Amino acid sequence: MLITPPVNAIVAHDLSLAYGQQSILHNFTAQIRHGEFIGVFGPNGAGKSTLLKAILGLIRPSQGELFILDKPIKRGNIHIGYLPQMRSQLPYMQFNGRAIIASAKSGYRWGMPILSQAQRQEITRVIELVEAQDYADRPFYQLSGGERQRLLLGQALLDNPQILLLDEPLANLDPRYQESLLDLVQRLQQLLKITVLFTAHDVNPLLGVMNRVLYLARGNAALGTVQQVITSEQLSALYQAPIEVIRYQQRLFVMSKERGIIDYGAHCCPHSEHV
Amino acid sequence: MALTVAPILSMFDYGFMQHAFIAGTLIAVLAGAVGYFIVLRNLAFASHALSHIGFAGATGAILLNLSPILGQLVITLLAAFGIGIAGNRINKGDLAIGIILAFSLGLGALFLHLNSHYAGQANIILFGNILSVSQQTLKFMFFLTAICLLILAIISRPLLFASLEPELAEAKGLPLTRLTIMLLLIMAIAVTLASQAVGVLLVFTLLIGPAAIATQWTKTFWPGLGLSIAISLGIIWLGLSLSYLLDWPLSFWSSLLVLLLYLLKPLCCLLRLANS
Repeated sequence: MLITPPVNAIVAHDLSLAYGQQSILHNFTAQIRHGEFIGVFGPNGAGKSTLLKAILGLIRPSQGELFILDKPIKRGNIHIGYLPQMRSQLPYMQFNGRAIIASAKSGYRWGMPILSQAQRQEITRVIELVEAQDYADRPFYQLSGGERQRLLLGQALLDNPQILLLDEPLANLDPRYQESLLDLVQRLQQLLKITVLFTAHDVNPLLGVMNRVLYLARGNAALGTVQQVITSEQLSALYQAPIEVIRYQQRLFVMSKERGIIDYGAHCCPHSEHV
Repeated sequence: MALTVAPILSMFDYGFMQHAFIAGTLIAVLAGAVGYFIVLRNLAFASHALSHIGFAGATGAILLNLSPILGQLVITLLAAFGIGIAGNRINKGDLAIGIILAFSLGLGALFLHLNSHYAGQANIILFGNILSVSQQTLKFMFFLTAICLLILAIISRPLLFASLEPELAEAKGLPLTRLTIMLLLIMAIAVTLASQAVGVLLVFTLLIGPAAIATQWTKTFWPGLGLSIAISLGIIWLGLSLSYLLDWPLSFWSSLLVLLLYLLKPLCCLLRLANS
């Protein structure tokens, strides 16, 4: 753990990211202060996951610099907790949540997976943090999507990370679970005083939770408050196409003249993993 | 009681049965442990592939007047390395894989044809013959088992993490490809040894069977691994005893025991449903 947390959690300076020849994000400069809750939005393929991977040190910037807690990016940074969007192996797992969380505890070290008393206590601590005691010992495949996501959130909190990267944690959850998960993330963020980057498709569930918005589109990015970023002018500039933001009963709708509603909430669920 | 136990115990009077039990125990421990990681890592198809490819290696070695177990080991190790390098590009349902595997069996058939006294050899390679294990082979098996278990112990923690959550493990900086290659190389050795007992066609029985049954009944790692090894040992010991008493081959008994044990869980679930 850091004794005095740095002022800046993430600093990007003239950052460009690319997959091979394909440019994902270019000339991005931003500062995210420690303890901020940042909602990260943008259409599919805009680079939300790519940005998270760059922060994790999995992708080298093609240009510019990226600092995490005032240090250059590195792979396996223990100050970052990460909740991946994809879970290829877990849905059919007979293992219980506690065993799955345990596999990540010091999972990068050689040796046999034997946990000390202190390590087992750490696992119990994160299970209690996400209020998952009631189902942490049941087989994972029997749990609902919301219960699974809570346990995996707990796993991301192992070893007291300073920064939490949550990649589409609301995908495949129904609105009731979305709300309770968001509420939990917000409480944890304030309790543990950590920085949260939270990617999502729909801005509306996060309106009351996030401090600032990071919006990515067509390789461009804008960071600011909801009022600054989710506007017709700003998003038109990002998309390089006419975009209209419509406010209706405290909800925001991002509309494109050609393609209709862009942010439409949970429209991206071809198959739910809910049992 | 003495009447029923005596004939079973008499099998230890024979040197070949003692050898078979020692070899079987080594194979069971290795297959139970490695198999459990194979099932967790979702690589059952690779064990199938390696055993088929090993057939060509064993028959080729006989043709060249070399030890079949050595030929099989070398070929499966090379194939394991290839599968590991190809990594995610290999699609389990891929027709190309099926065609390559069929070719390796075909190659084995050719090697056997070119060999003058092939019928008996083919039978041993395809269905195993644990009763003919020599003292020298036994030492070789012990050495390989010890090495595999040692390496497995060293990589088991990152391997478990990478198996359950490859996406997260990669984000934490784990070398996924290298870990998979290490598991595949250990798997190649386990496949070669297991095929000495049950043959290349039935390696699945010993390597995947006990582990698959163990995952049905356990929810955490250590009980799962322990149960997998215990089932594997139980199948080999019981299978050897039955084959001694009733003269049917170990390959048959072990595959039957795996099938029965595997059906136990669905049967229990059905009964519970019927009762409620």
